[in-house]
Amino acid sequence: MLVGFPLLSLVIWLPIIFGLIVLAIGSDRNPLLARWLSLVGSIIGFIVALPLYMRFDPTLSTMQFVEKYVWFERLNVHYHVGIDGISMPLILLNCFITPLIVIAGWEVIRERISQYLGAFLIMSGIVNGVFASLDAVLFYTFWEASLIPMFIIIGVWGGPNRVYAAIKFFLYTLLGSLLMLIALIYLYHVSGGSFSILDYHQLPLAMTPQILIFVAFLLAFAVKVPMWPVHTWLPDAHVEAPTGGSVVLAAILLKLGGYGFLRFSLPIAPDASLYLADLMILLSLVAVVYIGLVALMQQDMKKLIAYSSVSHMGFVTLGFFLLNDLGIEGAMVQMISHGFISGAMFLCVGVLYDRLHSRQIADYGGVINKMPIFAAFFMLFAMANSGLPGTSGFVGEFMVIMGTIQVNFWYAFFAAMTLILGASYTLWMYKRVIFGAVANANVEALEDISKREFMLLAILALAVLWLGVYPLPLTEIMQATIGNLLEHMTISKL
Amino acid sequence: MEKLYLLVPLAPLMGAIIAGLFGRFIGTIWSHRTTILLVFISLIASLVIFVDVYQGNTYNGSVYTWMVLGEIHFEIGFLIDLLTATMMVVVTLVSLMVHIYTIGYMHGDPGYQRFFSYISLFTFSMLMLVMSNNFLQLFFGWEAVGLVSYLLIGFWYTRPTAIYANLKAFLVNRVGDFGFLLGIALVLMYFGTLDYEIVFAHANHMAAHSIEIIPGQSWMLMTVICLLLFVGAMGKSAQFPLHVWLPDSMEGPTPISALIHAATMVTAGIFMVARMSPLFELSEAALSTILVIGGITTLFMALVAVVQNDIKRVVAFSTLSQLGYMTVALGASAYSIAIFHLMTHAFFKAVLFLGAGSVIIAMHHEQDMRQMGGLKKYMPITYWTMFIAALASAGVPGFSGFFSKDAIIEAVKFANIPGAEFAHFCVLATVFVTALYTFRLMFMTFHGETRMDAHTRDHLHESPRVVTVPLIVLAIPTVAAGWLIGTMVFGDYFAGAIKILPAHGAIAKLEAEFTGVIGMMLHAFSTAPFWLSLGGILTAWFLYLYKTELPAKIKRLSGPIYTLLDRKYYIDEIYSWLFAGGTRALGTALWKIGDVKIIDGFFVNGTARVVALTASVTRRFQSGYIYHYAFTMIVGVFILMSLWLFYF
Repeated sequence: MLVGFPLLSLVIWLPIIFGLIVLAIGSDRNPLLARWLSLVGSIIGFIVALPLYMRFDPTLSTMQFVEKYVWFERLNVHYHVGIDGISMPLILLNCFITPLIVIAGWEVIRERISQYLGAFLIMSGIVNGVFASLDAVLFYTFWEASLIPMFIIIGVWGGPNRVYAAIKFFLYTLLGSLLMLIALIYLYHVSGGSFSILDYHQLPLAMTPQILIFVAFLLAFAVKVPMWPVHTWLPDAHVEAPTGGSVVLAAILLKLGGYGFLRFSLPIAPDASLYLADLMILLSLVAVVYIGLVALMQQDMKKLIAYSSVSHMGFVTLGFFLLNDLGIEGAMVQMISHGFISGAMFLCVGVLYDRLHSRQIADYGGVINKMPIFAAFFMLFAMANSGLPGTSGFVGEFMVIMGTIQVNFWYAFFAAMTLILGASYTLWMYKRVIFGAVANANVEALEDISKREFMLLAILALAVLWLGVYPLPLTEIMQATIGNLLEHMTISKL
Repeated sequence: MEKLYLLVPLAPLMGAIIAGLFGRFIGTIWSHRTTILLVFISLIASLVIFVDVYQGNTYNGSVYTWMVLGEIHFEIGFLIDLLTATMMVVVTLVSLMVHIYTIGYMHGDPGYQRFFSYISLFTFSMLMLVMSNNFLQLFFGWEAVGLVSYLLIGFWYTRPTAIYANLKAFLVNRVGDFGFLLGIALVLMYFGTLDYEIVFAHANHMAAHSIEIIPGQSWMLMTVICLLLFVGAMGKSAQFPLHVWLPDSMEGPTPISALIHAATMVTAGIFMVARMSPLFELSEAALSTILVIGGITTLFMALVAVVQNDIKRVVAFSTLSQLGYMTVALGASAYSIAIFHLMTHAFFKAVLFLGAGSVIIAMHHEQDMRQMGGLKKYMPITYWTMFIAALASAGVPGFSGFFSKDAIIEAVKFANIPGAEFAHFCVLATVFVTALYTFRLMFMTFHGETRMDAHTRDHLHESPRVVTVPLIVLAIPTVAAGWLIGTMVFGDYFAGAIKILPAHGAIAKLEAEFTGVIGMMLHAFSTAPFWLSLGGILTAWFLYLYKTELPAKIKRLSGPIYTLLDRKYYIDEIYSWLFAGGTRALGTALWKIGDVKIIDGFFVNGTARVVALTASVTRRFQSGYIYHYAFTMIVGVFILMSLWLFYF
């Protein structure tokens, strides 16, 4: 049914249209309308994305739901979208997170609510666009456009130091992507005037250009992921961002970097990837261990979770450059799982922040006495963050560690340290914030989570458990695509 | 039958979910009724399965596919043989008794439902661990019991000591799991599957395989795998040097000390090694290491037990020492004896712990034995059940502990791998120490004069039936279980589950000498362990009932040795300085210097400063005055023309 129906375009543009309508409602005269409209829009956005999963053929490694129209004929630019087993789960994750963001900001955001929600809806569509684009110009447009809503969200609804954080975020990522633009233009010339990403995959390239292209892409993607040592924008951005902003940043925007490696670096420059794999693995391991240690010492909950994000994303890049199926699929699972867990962790901190207006660990203690239900949810997510089997946090780490040992025992040794480090920083924070006797009068006055917060956390809890207990459906989707990618990479382009 | 297999773990899981999520709505009474009923169902199912398996119907099958990766199938499935079935019965029986006991012990606690939820969840996790047919699910259960242990040690979360102890327990276990996971990864890498059956079947082909982890150093693959797996066992079964979490775990409520930190969870490591016997048998180096680690744990932890005054801590160190016994048995390739001691220990240690808990209730949560004494006449049931358990623990002939411990000592004697002599000395010496600390506990608590305050004394009374009935029920196997030695150890009871190479003939030699339980008991009177045990009991009587002023004198005279034991060899202090302190210092350095100073301070903000500086210079070129631009243009033209003249 509905052959040729532009489903993918709908998934991209529907949230953007809803976002524009919400924006058009304008000022705060009618916040309720803005909220409900955003909620309905984001839920419809999720529902229309579901057929992408249900009608996806996991046996195919080619692009599905493809749409291709001419955009600028003179430059051979197309509106060319399509998804495979790599991009589809990420689009679903994005569409799944967006309604949660709307609910999370429901009562919390009181100023310029329609702009706030509008920005998130628009960003949701843009991010879908990034994941679905098969044309380099289209991709680049979406890629850069995704910066703007986030910049505004941090800059307007952020904390006291929001301007520094927003500009740091913007410049860091913008600088990274400029080199990518150069690489894309170079590829356009070498390919004889094509902007099709799929054409680039087949393009023969000598080693030197491959390495240059790889490095250019690396800067763009490494900043997004973020990899050590270009990660320092993330803690600042998280600390200043409002809860919703942090959730989207951690759950979705970081995945753009990971996605970029799979869509560009590995298939376009396979020989360079192979050549530089050890370096990339080393950088990833530094992220896992070094950042894990740094996270341990954080006094600010959001900073701690931000560093924990960097450490967990280290597993993603580590998995990619193992160049085996356990590694890459594990990294993909880790990206999805990190979307759930980091989102949930930031929501948990948000719950506390909304009540006490502090993110400092030292300002809390004994929260469990006043918020037992919240404490139970937080426990689950903390354990997921520590990679406990049965939660989604385990699956990706497990697969990547299994893949790492096949490359080098010592790589696996350092990667597995996350078992100790992850548990240390997460549970130590949990202990200081949640356990203990009631620490002060502010904690004494805390009230347990509302129905709205309960619903949010419960949905994420189910997602975390489902993926931990039964990851088969997710890995099934990507099997063919990743198998194809690995096969593609064995053929040298030199 | 398959449905029954599923029922065994799922019934407690359902109980955990009901009590955990809906406990607030169904109230305390229905919470414990539901969970107890479901664990009871699980026990009955386990017994039915046991009988079925005993008749030869083993099972190995998958429940569902967790994940598929190319050729590798990760399954969730069950392997039901006699090893598993025995563990299932032990776990569910002790769990059921602890559930019932908890009604009395946790009466009136605000976290009553939560507690039942946790212990049911524990039962589920432990069952998943023992019933697994693959390494993945084993690791799942392995970590899940760790989680429940963490939750239960920190059950009274307002106590600073409890929430310190639970974090410590989890992290130390994670150090073990770190090794364990690497071991699993190597198994997957070399065998291409995590399924026990296939791995064990191919183990022999891998026996000669060696790998180079450190370049130039060739190690046997099996040794590396087994040692890594054993690191996991050291964490979970609290072997030196990863034992530090177990004494602190006594911060949790007593029922879980009995269930988790004595009878079941801590034996997971022992069970795992026995299950992996086809792998461990292939590495003599690993077996030697196990022998030595087990020996150290056995003797040195028993010595610490002698100087403890907290009744629960005595039992806790006793557990460490007994786990050491089991580990030694594993190292001697006497896997069946290790499992046998695991079983007898589960019963007598559960009685000791639950009895200690009963004493603690009567003493209004006073745990210091110096404040007790003479409790025998107030609490006869507690006393007599604990007395039986103490005899079993000390290894007096006829009681279960005797058979298992004696067999271990004999097996080590026959073992012929490096480290066996050391281990033999340790286990032998520990017989004396065990009898000493066990009866020190009994005499200080139940005999002699009453040393508590008058108020407590006036309120002393035997614990309610929910407490005493489990004690009595568990006291029965504490006596009787030992008599199964002929079947369990020397028969072909574990024939399908445990594999022993002919070269490791300790158990075969023992079997040749075995002349039935009566013969074994009679033989005991002519061997050292019996007299050592008797000596220990007499020494305890002499010191704590006869010459009661002597212990203080010895304490004074022994000075530094006493302090060393009292401080538990300062291992906690060293760890907290070296590992906790070191990690924090490193973390701070990386953060303050690496991130803040170098990356952000120098590179990021430095770049921004350079840009600003450059901009402030270049900005002057764009002053907006025409004559500036005109002048610049003239200079430029001049330079270009000069260059042109110069070069062409």
